[in-house]
Amino acid sequence: MTTGTLTAGRTRFRLPRKQIPVLATLALLLVMYAIGVSQYTAFSNVQVIFNVFIDNGFLLVVAVGMTFVILTGGIDLSVGSVVAMTAMVSAALLQDGMPAALVLVIALLIGPTLGLLMGCVIHFFEIQPFIVTLAGMFFARGMCTFISGASIPITDGFWTSMSQERIGNPRGNFVSISVLIAFVVVVIAAYTLAYTRLGRNVYAIGGNPQSALLMGLPVGRTRIAVYTISGLCSAIGGILLSFYTLSGAPLIGVGMELDVIAAVVIGGTVLTGGAGYVFGTVLGVLVLGVIQTLITFDGSLNSWWTKIVIGGLLFAFILLQRLIGIRYK
Amino acid sequence: MNDTMSRYRTMIGHRLFWPAAVLFVMLAANTIYRPGFLSIELKDGHLYGTPIDILRLSAPLILVALGMTLVISTGGIDLSVGSLCAISGAIACMYISKQPDQNSLGVVMTALAMALGVSLVLGAWNGVLVAVIGIQPIIATLILMVAGRGLAQLITEGQIITINSEPYRAIGLGHALTLPLAIFIALAAALLVAAFTRRTALGMIIESVGGNAMASRLAGIRSGRVIFLVYVISAACAAVAGFMMTANVSSADGNAAGLWVELDAILAVVIGGTSLAGGRFFLSGTIIGALIIQTLTTTVYAMDISPQTSLLFKAVVVIAVCLIQAPAFRARFSRRRRNVPPPATIADKPKEQVPA
Repeated sequence: MTTGTLTAGRTRFRLPRKQIPVLATLALLLVMYAIGVSQYTAFSNVQVIFNVFIDNGFLLVVAVGMTFVILTGGIDLSVGSVVAMTAMVSAALLQDGMPAALVLVIALLIGPTLGLLMGCVIHFFEIQPFIVTLAGMFFARGMCTFISGASIPITDGFWTSMSQERIGNPRGNFVSISVLIAFVVVVIAAYTLAYTRLGRNVYAIGGNPQSALLMGLPVGRTRIAVYTISGLCSAIGGILLSFYTLSGAPLIGVGMELDVIAAVVIGGTVLTGGAGYVFGTVLGVLVLGVIQTLITFDGSLNSWWTKIVIGGLLFAFILLQRLIGIRYK
Repeated sequence: MNDTMSRYRTMIGHRLFWPAAVLFVMLAANTIYRPGFLSIELKDGHLYGTPIDILRLSAPLILVALGMTLVISTGGIDLSVGSLCAISGAIACMYISKQPDQNSLGVVMTALAMALGVSLVLGAWNGVLVAVIGIQPIIATLILMVAGRGLAQLITEGQIITINSEPYRAIGLGHALTLPLAIFIALAAALLVAAFTRRTALGMIIESVGGNAMASRLAGIRSGRVIFLVYVISAACAAVAGFMMTANVSSADGNAAGLWVELDAILAVVIGGTSLAGGRFFLSGTIIGALIIQTLTTTVYAMDISPQTSLLFKAVVVIAVCLIQAPAFRARFSRRRRNVPPPATIADKPKEQVPA
């Protein structure tokens, strides 16, 4: 990840230090896994890890999109609603008997289009991303209930086969196709950020938009691009979620944007932009997934402990970022 | 001719013109759609009518938005207010529900004091994170936004706590001088905040910190303390709003109480003309913003559209109001292309965060 040096600041190069948040997340993940294994014998089953991926595949994809946006110093609050809207639109169109391939194309176009529009408003009219994507969130959530007030089941053959297909070894461990799709998205995103011009522009804009502009980088185009990418990732996430639940529900994914932002931050991406990796985001999502698994395994703890623990972790990681001196702007 | 033009221009340029115009248009549209919209009648010594309802229901939002205005004017943001509403309501209802005599005024007062105390502590926590440790406000308060919901559910043990307490219920539904009590509480809070910020130097100090925390510190203002203070005020406002919300339904739901109120509050502040970058704040604009949001919600209810779909309308209004207020948008569409000074780009120039 050579792009790290680009944003390391004007005065000093701290490549190893910059990676401390990611390493800390990795350490935390390992410690949590070790605790799980030592406490519960069933935890050491490989399938537990696979299940974390299966249950959080869509979250992973959405978090990857969010990483792009946060790296430029923006924020996208619309992701949870766009996920729900994509699932809702696919379910509604499939119910009307449209062929699966066409539905996929339409569903995958909605997210990026909304993202593109939001990016344009943010760039051309200079309104804060927070407000614009908030409006996007309201719009998408409103569209969900506009389509249908109740959950729509999906019975389409392609969807059910994607949902039930198990890829695994003879010992019975398996992952779903969604996990593979999520991995492909992660790899493409990691490559884009690390080795392409777009990726470097993203880091440069996050580091300092003024300098990026003065350097002649296409600030506007990049900024619009990241919101489009985030919209695309949300759309893919929505499709994966509809594979996972085989339905479209108007209220699914409420508050998902918080989980996603938390995952990105725990993964070491700085919210003012300019520093962070897709790999960190993957770890962040895994941390959230393992917390949920641990709480499920424990059985005596209630679901609200998840929120409290995530809040605590957010605090710990932000403090860590602060302590090791990654400069907040 | 020139005189009328310039007067017209001043009026259009006034910061409250567009929010007030939007509110007026919405009320007018409602009246055309439903002629009885603005009628108010006196029943059993209390005033009833849609305008009164809008005022009563917007009271919690006004409270939260007042605190939010101060936070935003320092260049910060407080995402935790919704969770704080849930926590304060949960604590108060939990305490009251455990008492043998729920109607005793003493019990209710103790409950309110306890809940307010906890909220102040949580507000102080936000303040310390932002002002002392120097964490970005959006993240610092995100912690409590996520964890706070969990805490509220922890307090209510995942249940919906129902209480049967007249004095507590009065906070949300009681009447005084023919008007709902909630309106007076919101009004009192607004006057209190206005008096403290506009009749003393506090308001200017807050604005100067929002304009440039470093410069104001060099000018002898304790930026850290001011930032700390606004988060505590915001938490206190949220706590009172939480009382109102739970009193309205006489029950506390850790999951649903105050859900999304932080977004509505931020919207109200932005619609009111306060910039998210900080440096200026307009309390009257915020109140109009909150009224716009509540009018919109009531309108949508009255038109028999599902509350979730009302989000569509909200999205349209948000974008419309923000676009109208955006200097870049105005410059692009103003017919006279005079030498408009380049608009202050808010999104492009994030201010330096100074650990104070």
